[in-house]
Amino acid sequence: MWQALRKELHPLGLEIVTVGLEVLGTEACRPFIEAAAPEHPSLVDVDHVMASLFGVINIPNGVWINEEGVIVRPAEPASLPSRQPRGTTVPDGLPQRMTDIMTEAMKIKFDPNAYEIALRDWVKNGSSSEYVLSPDEVVTRSGKRDPSVGGAAAHFSLAQHLWNAGDKDAAITHFREAHRLQPENFSYKRQAWSLVPPPEAGPFARFWQGPGEGGQDEWPFESDWLSEIRAMGPENYYPTFTK
Amino acid sequence: MILKSLSVPVGEFEKGTGWAIKPEGACLGEICVPLSDAVTDGNVDVEIVATRLGMPIVHHSGVWALGPASLSGHTLPSAVAPELQLPDVNGNMFSLSSLRGQKVLIVSWAPY
Repeated sequence: MWQALRKELHPLGLEIVTVGLEVLGTEACRPFIEAAAPEHPSLVDVDHVMASLFGVINIPNGVWINEEGVIVRPAEPASLPSRQPRGTTVPDGLPQRMTDIMTEAMKIKFDPNAYEIALRDWVKNGSSSEYVLSPDEVVTRSGKRDPSVGGAAAHFSLAQHLWNAGDKDAAITHFREAHRLQPENFSYKRQAWSLVPPPEAGPFARFWQGPGEGGQDEWPFESDWLSEIRAMGPENYYPTFTK
Repeated sequence: MILKSLSVPVGEFEKGTGWAIKPEGACLGEICVPLSDAVTDGNVDVEIVATRLGMPIVHHSGVWALGPASLSGHTLPSAVAPELQLPDVNGNMFSLSSLRGQKVLIVSWAPY
């Protein structure tokens, strides 16, 4: 998807850099990257430095940077219209939890057409684009950074280190603390939830994002994707794209 | 930034945090915070610097993690893009600054 757009817009001066946020590292990203066959830089971010540096708190997410290295739109939801026809119903035969997840996911509101229009406008018109933000607005929209948010980043960093060192119980303790300190950071949550699927998740392990049937007592986190999205309302999962 | 000690070489601190250690202090873009006694013999006393820059430190069994500064109150202290250095799938390091002169869209995604 991004590769196709890059092929079209690169001659006009746009480069795309994709960053896979993944504690499990390169091998967990490789199949997706190789399938996409990108001609642009395609990176792996084990430590979620995109959160610390740019304020990425959910994915997919985009940041625009101009030719002088100045951010003209900070981290915000980013997606393109699917080139494939999208289904409007949940396929039959899925485990109940996956059916529930897909049902809620279909209610998530984001307008990929608006995002693509904006991106093309910026590539064409540069600093004259109506979608380019002032430096002050970029800073304001980049989100708050207080000791809690900074602390969440530190705990997440320690958690990923411990997870990859094999101390998974200690890692979970620090993942939980990151979630407590920055509850709005869905990347931190989705990452941690994806690491501990119940056995019944089978091929959906990374997407299960919660306890197994009747396994609430074994679930090591205070929440899960399905519970959170139902509580907040799927229409509020991504902020609306605005000029 | 993961640390095995709370005293680290200046270069390691700079690479891990993006803050440059200069005679006038720890600097990021136009912001400089005086450090005075925090740098000795080429090593940074992380606890002192972390306090001055508002960087949280968390610890577990001989390992520390240093969080980002929170001086400005915003994720981005200015609109100047921070340096981003990450590996690609083949382990080759990439620097965002290598793309200066082009428009750049950074897209974050995840396989979960």
